Amino acid sequence: MSLKIVVLIKQVPDITRVKFDAERGRIDRSSAEAEINPFDLNALEAAVQVKEKLGGTVVAISMGPQNAAVALRDALARGADEAILLEDNKFAGADTLATSYTLAGAIKKLGNFDIIFCGEKTVDGDTGQVGAEVAEFLQVPHLYYVSKVKEVKEDKIVVVSEMEEASYVVECEFPVLVSVTKDVNKPRLPTLREKLKAMKAEIKIWHAENLTDIINLSNVGYAGSPTVVSKVVVPKEKGREGKVFKEINEGIKVVLEELAKKGLI
Amino acid sequence: MPYRKIMILAEQRGGKIHPISFELLGKGREIANKLGAELSAVILGNNIAREDLMELIYYGADKVYSYNHPVFEYPDVIQYKHNIVKLIQEERPEIFLFGATNFGRSLAPRVAASVKTGLTADCIDLQVDENEELIQIRPAFVGNILAHIKTKTRPIMSTIRYNVMKKNERNSTREGMIVEMKTEIAETKTPRLIGKEGEKKINITDAKIVVAGGRGLGSQEGFKLLKELADLLGGVVGASRVAVDEGWIGKEHQVGFSGNTVKPRLYIACGISGAPQHLAGMKDSEIIVAINSDPSAPIHRIADYSIIGDLYQVVPLMIKEIKAIRGE
Ligand SMILES: Cc1cc2nc3c(=O)[nH]c(=O)nc-3n(C[C@H](O)[C@H](O)[C@H](O)COP(=O)(O)OP(=O)(O)OC[C@H]3O[C@@H](n4cnc5c(N)ncnc54)[C@H](O)[C@@H]3O)c2cc1C
Ligand SMILES: Cc1cc2nc3c(=O)[nH]c(=O)nc-3n(C[C@H](O)[C@H](O)[C@H](O)COP(=O)(O)OP(=O)(O)OC[C@H]3O[C@@H](n4cnc5c(N)ncnc54)[C@H](O)[C@@H]3O)c2cc1C
Repeated sequence: MSLKIVVLIKQVPDITRVKFDAERGRIDRSSAEAEINPFDLNALEAAVQVKEKLGGTVVAISMGPQNAAVALRDALARGADEAILLEDNKFAGADTLATSYTLAGAIKKLGNFDIIFCGEKTVDGDTGQVGAEVAEFLQVPHLYYVSKVKEVKEDKIVVVSEMEEASYVVECEFPVLVSVTKDVNKPRLPTLREKLKAMKAEIKIWHAENLTDIINLSNVGYAGSPTVVSKVVVPKEKGREGKVFKEINEGIKVVLEELAKKGLI
Repeated sequence: MPYRKIMILAEQRGGKIHPISFELLGKGREIANKLGAELSAVILGNNIAREDLMELIYYGADKVYSYNHPVFEYPDVIQYKHNIVKLIQEERPEIFLFGATNFGRSLAPRVAASVKTGLTADCIDLQVDENEELIQIRPAFVGNILAHIKTKTRPIMSTIRYNVMKKNERNSTREGMIVEMKTEIAETKTPRLIGKEGEKKINITDAKIVVAGGRGLGSQEGFKLLKELADLLGGVVGASRVAVDEGWIGKEHQVGFSGNTVKPRLYIACGISGAPQHLAGMKDSEIIVAINSDPSAPIHRIADYSIIGDLYQVVPLMIKEIKAIRGE
């Protein structure tokens, strides 16, 4: 038994540090360190847990600039066996359709797989679309908003999928793509030894030319992207009353008066 | 020239039409009027009552494409996609809107990838500019920015956040057409529903008042106090991620980037610091009251009223005062 597991990893800026320029409507990516998208740490942990239980290999794939190798190295330290970076100027400026097309192309190049894990969404682009689009390009089913992996066997997986009204238990045979929420597990921290080992590990780099047997280059990057971000606005915080009360009795009095006026109590 | 068409997905759950559908019709109608287009609702279900289909017309649809088949009982993404893709290929709509529910956000990308068109996620507004181009506005970077997005391919597809678009007044004299569609079954492996692990009893996204607690509660007990206040106000209890992670309260109560997005008339945050991931889920609330002992907590920056103090003093007093006002 040897499962072939793929994890999709995106490198994102540390969102608690990024600076947003309200005047010019710009995101200053250099203001924050890059890290693995927090949801992808859960995807990676889910993959490693399946491997530990049933045996197999975990391949981490990321599309991004050269320095996204840092995120992949981190993924290796956390239990991935192989890492592939899809890096090329031609891939830059991709929307979710072009990103998914490229990722799906790389997965096809790898050959057969059993499970692909990805995160529910990212903290930057934040669309939550890449997982389902990759599944569509690969023509495999996908399980979404997965908050729990209940069971994995040689040929199928059983998960809990969150919907607004209920949590459903869903089963699916391989191959399948599984998109996980932050509740699915608690990602482990790499040990120093694992970190050192990952420092020396190889990160494969695939450029556009390595994929031309599988993908059509007019569908990748900015050229292959049907959506365009035409403007970015950093919204001014909504004008709020901003009344601060250090004396609690007075605070309660004013708040309740205001709420009464609005018919809220 | 082919007639311009706009479509929306009318989502149903257990045979009942999800309220997002009427919001999509509200926005869809506005755009259709501007562009001189026809607006239709697409519904896939099992024995949806005819009077329910008529509601879609009363709220703005000119046409309803109705698919009736047992496969749609459980929201099966692949069967939905299969039929919607076929409809898009036949009818060639210019715009197709989906609700940004968990199901809509899982279905729409598969449809978009299948017809190879652009999809904009979780929009909070759609505008038609002077060149008749559709501008899709959506938050990104954990709610820190708003991106304006245009789509070069057709149909332009977007998912729309629940509770932000206005539905139209119901007009039971509106006329429209119901088109019975033939369901085609995709002969492919699809995931199987084998059970349910708990219904979600609270619906925090629809609540008009939310009383939320965070790490500052210190224990599960604290939520009893918040529940008392929430019950008194006719609201529901919300929570920060930390409170959920501590096991003090269920996940369905969580507000924020990895939980629910809420937009109540009143949000009372007790013992919540106001991390960006929490704010992303509640900062559009109409009135925000923060109760926090730390005057420098970021939550105060977006609050209308901040009471600096121990929530275990403030909340019981508040409950007492409300009862007094009501003469209880
Ligand atoms: C402000 C802004 C708004 C945008 N809005 C849209 C939009 O509405 N529609 C649109 O099509 N594009 C949009 N984009 C472009 C989009 O962000 C990029 O295509 C991005 O590369 C992938 O989308 P995401 O970050 O939303 O990923 P998501 O779909 O949120 O990611 C889900 C999962 O897919 C995997 N994944 C995502 N990207 C990669 C990657 N590069 N490598 C490996 N795995 C990955 C990860 O496991 C991740 O957890 C926007 C970009 C910006 C900057
Ligand atoms: C990817 C990602 C997703 C996330 N998603 C979410 C999300 O969806 N929702 C969410 O909430 N968080 C989310 N978080 C976590 C978030 O970053 C914060 O850690 C969390 O919101 C903090 O919760 P808190 O405000 O309850 O706790 P703290 O930040 O510890 O704040 C507790 C507050 O209580 C006050 N306090 C203490 N005692 C009292 C008292 N007796 N009376 C009054 N005040 C008191 C303190 O002054 C303090 O301000 C996410 C994080 C990541 C990385």
